[in-house]
Amino acid sequence: MLLDGVAALGRATLDVCRFAGRLALFALEGLSHIVRPPFYGRMFLRALIEVGYFSLPVVALTAIFTGMVLALQSYTGFSRFSAEGAIANVVVLSMTRELGPVLAGLMVAGRVGAAMAAELGTMRVTDQIDALATLSTHPMKYLVAPRLFAATLALPFLVVIADILGVMGGFIVATAKLGFNPYVYLHNTLTFMQTEDVVSGLVKAAVFGFIVALMGCFQGYNSRGGAEGVGSATTAAVVNASVLILAFDYVLTEMFFAR
Amino acid sequence: MSSTPLIRIRGLKKAFGEKVVLDGVDLDIEAGTSLVIIGGSGSGKSVLIKCLLGLIPFDAGEIEVGGVALSGLRGRQREAVRARFGMLFQNAALFDSLPVWENVAFGLLARHQISRREAREAAIGVLAQVGLAADVADLYPAELSGGMQKRVGLARAIAARPDILCFDEPTTGLDPIMGAIIDGLIVDCVKRLGSTAIAITHDMASAQRIGDRAAMLYKGRIIWEGAAADLLNSGNPIVDQFTHGRREGPIQMDVRR
Repeated sequence: MLLDGVAALGRATLDVCRFAGRLALFALEGLSHIVRPPFYGRMFLRALIEVGYFSLPVVALTAIFTGMVLALQSYTGFSRFSAEGAIANVVVLSMTRELGPVLAGLMVAGRVGAAMAAELGTMRVTDQIDALATLSTHPMKYLVAPRLFAATLALPFLVVIADILGVMGGFIVATAKLGFNPYVYLHNTLTFMQTEDVVSGLVKAAVFGFIVALMGCFQGYNSRGGAEGVGSATTAAVVNASVLILAFDYVLTEMFFAR
Repeated sequence: MSSTPLIRIRGLKKAFGEKVVLDGVDLDIEAGTSLVIIGGSGSGKSVLIKCLLGLIPFDAGEIEVGGVALSGLRGRQREAVRARFGMLFQNAALFDSLPVWENVAFGLLARHQISRREAREAAIGVLAQVGLAADVADLYPAELSGGMQKRVGLARAIAARPDILCFDEPTTGLDPIMGAIIDGLIVDCVKRLGSTAIAITHDMASAQRIGDRAAMLYKGRIIWEGAAADLLNSGNPIVDQFTHGRREGPIQMDVRR
């Protein structure tokens, strides 16, 4: 019985190592195709629009409501210590350092990562990826590299917008509902915000964008078994990307801000 | 007939886990011939074609195309060999996100660096060869019937004028008349291009229309090879059972009751 448990643990460990190895090789191959010609500009632009432009509404709505809730909750907490003046600081720091990139990453994982996995998975099970290879086109170069590059570039832009809208959400609640002076609130926001806060958030966003596209492409590209396989790949892409975003968020925060 | 076959397969083996699919395939295909490979569902016909195209790696043995061994080929060398092939997939495998003309001209755009305008004109010309009008060019694959999708797939396969054409179950899912039309188009295209053709099918009528040679894959090996005209009268009990669709005979299907 004990040996069975050890064997199961060993198998699970080997499965995780195998998955990590395959994912790392896939990522390296995808990265290598980003910098080696031929380049597929149309595919890159298509992916850029899909990730950047069409994700804008969901990221914007998430950011603005998060900023509003953050202001309300901060007020509830800080008013007990007569520290309401720190609300602007909390909102801008939280949005730029953490909530902007993390929430945008999770939203894009749900919208774009799932779509990438479904599209590539369908292409895999209907032989379209094999067809690409027979037409002198490397599937990794044509399908994966443009998506990786586009998502890595698009997410920081989305996060800039999310940061602005999140702060604006906090500003609306603070001034319209909590009675803050608009000038003072904005002055506090700009005073407390530092370049490092924004830059760290943008670096996180680029990493999260890469993770979302990587998991979407990896799961879709390697899907098997018809419609059920595509469904499983789509679910795995979103779940894996979400977990990795949260894990890398901690790692990057440790790198940027640990003293 | 040349002494060296265009395609030479020796001792080809491929297994997926413990399931052995190809177990030492030996096959020679002369230039200019049309070879039909028959075999039951799951007998490894598609795997054999995919190994030939380099889409999946084989475990042992060797495939030579024009005297060039495929094992160990990588990058541009592998690409140069693959560029000699055109492939019609079982379900056409058209790219959903591209219009018909771009599907047909995909290989031309990838290989020959021609402009999109030239590629579109070339695609319309190739579509005419498979009996499709120019107004089909701007439709998307989802707007086409199964027969039209097969024709577009055939047009895509021949667009770059490859010297080896592969067909995976070209008539599967089509009614008998449309199947005969597709077979006729395949024969016309192969003759016009002077290509070598390899078709895999379990449709005997299609096999005899397309092929001038035939081979049967059974239990991972080529167990019979001869003229396609002899398929229904091969003298091999396994081939005869298969081609006549008899329940009784040496082939025992795994059917759970």
